[in-house]
Amino acid sequence: MKRTLPALLLTAALAVTAGCDGSGGGGGDAAEANAARGPIDVWLSNNQEELAWGKAMVEAWNAQHADQKINAQEIPAGTSSEEVIGAAITAGNAPCLIFNTAPAAVPQFQKQGGLVALDSFDGGAAYIAERTGQTADQYKSPDGKFYQLPWKSNPVMIFYNKEIFAKAGLDPERPPLATYDQFLAAARKIKSSGAAQAAIYPAPTSEFFQSWFDFYPLFAAETGGKQLVEGGKAQFDSPEGQRVAEFWKTLYTEGLAPKEKYNGDSFADGKAAMAIVGPWAISVYGNKVKWGAVPVPTSTGKPADQIRTFSDAKNVAMYSACKNRATAWDVMRFATSKEQDGALLAKTGQMPLRTDLATAYPDYFAKNPAYQAFADQAARTVEVPNVPNSVAVWQAFRDAYSESVIFGKKPVPDALGAAADKVDQLAAGS
Amino acid sequence: MSTADTVAAPTTGAATRGPRPAGRGRVAAVLGRHPVGMVLAAPYAVFIAVVFAYPLGFAVWMSFHDYFFAAPGAAVDRPFVGLDNYRAVLADPGVRQSFRNIGVFLVINVPLTTVLALLLAVALNRVVHARTFLRVAFYVPYVTASVAVVGVWLFLFNADGLVNSVLGPLAPDPSWLVNAGLAMPVIAVFVVWKQLGFFILLYLAALQNVPKELYESASVDGAGWWRRFRSVTVPAVRPATALVVILATITGANLFTEPYLLTGGGGPNGASASPVLVMYQRGIQQGQPDVAAAIGVLLVLGVLLISLVNRRLIERD
Repeated sequence: MKRTLPALLLTAALAVTAGCDGSGGGGGDAAEANAARGPIDVWLSNNQEELAWGKAMVEAWNAQHADQKINAQEIPAGTSSEEVIGAAITAGNAPCLIFNTAPAAVPQFQKQGGLVALDSFDGGAAYIAERTGQTADQYKSPDGKFYQLPWKSNPVMIFYNKEIFAKAGLDPERPPLATYDQFLAAARKIKSSGAAQAAIYPAPTSEFFQSWFDFYPLFAAETGGKQLVEGGKAQFDSPEGQRVAEFWKTLYTEGLAPKEKYNGDSFADGKAAMAIVGPWAISVYGNKVKWGAVPVPTSTGKPADQIRTFSDAKNVAMYSACKNRATAWDVMRFATSKEQDGALLAKTGQMPLRTDLATAYPDYFAKNPAYQAFADQAARTVEVPNVPNSVAVWQAFRDAYSESVIFGKKPVPDALGAAADKVDQLAAGS
Repeated sequence: MSTADTVAAPTTGAATRGPRPAGRGRVAAVLGRHPVGMVLAAPYAVFIAVVFAYPLGFAVWMSFHDYFFAAPGAAVDRPFVGLDNYRAVLADPGVRQSFRNIGVFLVINVPLTTVLALLLAVALNRVVHARTFLRVAFYVPYVTASVAVVGVWLFLFNADGLVNSVLGPLAPDPSWLVNAGLAMPVIAVFVVWKQLGFFILLYLAALQNVPKELYESASVDGAGWWRRFRSVTVPAVRPATALVVILATITGANLFTEPYLLTGGGGPNGASASPVLVMYQRGIQQGQPDVAAAIGVLLVLGVLLISLVNRRLIERD
């Protein structure tokens, strides 16, 4: 008897699971949902500045639409927003809109049947194209549709600590950081002078997204705007990709960038002389650091107005659990109107993905010249590729990068070549 | 009932209790001799079915299908793929490395946990003063969340941490947590320290059942401390040792939090990635729960096998 009960339970469990594949029936009447209006739920980022903007936006909407009120809340806590959203899609309790959808997660959410194609609304694609211009094309899914509305970007640049640079004998107003050679020379000077513990300190950990803040911005700049994967093929196993990887490898090999995770913000704490981040950090560094910002370096020192970088964008997406999609679509347009984009810019310093960004808010940029460079850079950003197995693609790349560039266990060309083969397979959907 | 009948009857407990009402035999055949016991056990059986048997069965089913999480009502195809997920897992160098890593972890962690827990339990059992304080001191790390105590270990073992400051020129380069050869041993030692309190308690409970007369007899025979420990204590707590080894193996094989927090998602070049960490990456981050389930099934089989071998080795007379 002592083994009979467990055996019976397991057998029953297998029988039950064999009988259900978990997939449901039809997806309900999408056309009906697309035309329906009424109250909707939205999730906002838990970043304080963004939350303040979101609450004000919701208040403004609710004041004008008593019968279609928005109920807003922060994204529930979790390891990452993407995991929480993925779980909500599976459970069928995702809100109508999430104002914090990562482009890298969109292919997965789409595969889960969790997103609504915005092209299904009258003038949907046209609205996106008009607001964001050609940049919007990067956010199209392989089926040619938009499952996300390009919302805001944080174009990544090099922040540098002026005091540390001066201490190291480097010009704090015109720092020599345009070419790889200049950058390395400056980094060596910082280190050898003892002005800072590290020249630059990108996270050397293995999470799939970490390459967005070391390799990818420089790769975008070096290639003139190539994505990691284009036309279903990996692009990083190329002379440009190898140059970028070797540049970072030199920083790690010479101890100019530490190989160990830093618990905190190394730039804000004065441990690192440089950081590679977007304009969201300006309000964070505030008065803690006397900082300057320059475009990411290239091997030849391209002019600033030709340099492209990683966008670090977050978008708005509509989720298929939404019943009142017509209202949700109206809210999407309301929240990305010129007025609301201006409010977002003022409250967060993040760049709305608009073609007319620099000209739409002249007063703001006149008052906040520090943000002007980011506004210029926002027009030249590169997004993560919208391909199947997107996260797995980035993890495969990160593993190879970690092995060859950070820890030097494998020659860079071999590691990038092997990773490219794997990425090609993953991007093909296998 | 005649004497002859009684003698001829089988000597089972049931048979010696005389005649039973008709139909009782069939009930007993299903529910055993004590139906009320089954009734009392039913809630737990239901609990096990819901939180263990069903998820396990579902995971096994998932591992044989092209499965991914989908929105309710989404029309998705989840065909049977046979052993494809297992082939993919076994061909993946990252997964193979994670199993090697956990092997290293178990080889360090399980013996160290068992030996230290036993020695400290014996010592604590003999302590007269501050007994409660010492037991609580050993138990506190166990009941404290890893997330909270990891910070202390980072302070100790970072490149510019306390340990390296003390070691000076003898400090390893690369440092502990970014050294492919040292990251997993450091994690193994951390887990030993963290879980020791629980295993000490198991041994302390076992030591209460060792008859004092055995020690007295051994002393009369001239046995010293070491001999008494080896010939009386170790055999007497053997069942507890079996439990400690099996529990340490099971909890160790399910290692996730420590490599995730201490070494930033898998450590230097994947040197501290555990199978459960890889399952999390594949299943949750990368949307491949079928592959994650295959890793899980292999891990369960591996742990079962190791536990079986451990039990045979430890419990053999």
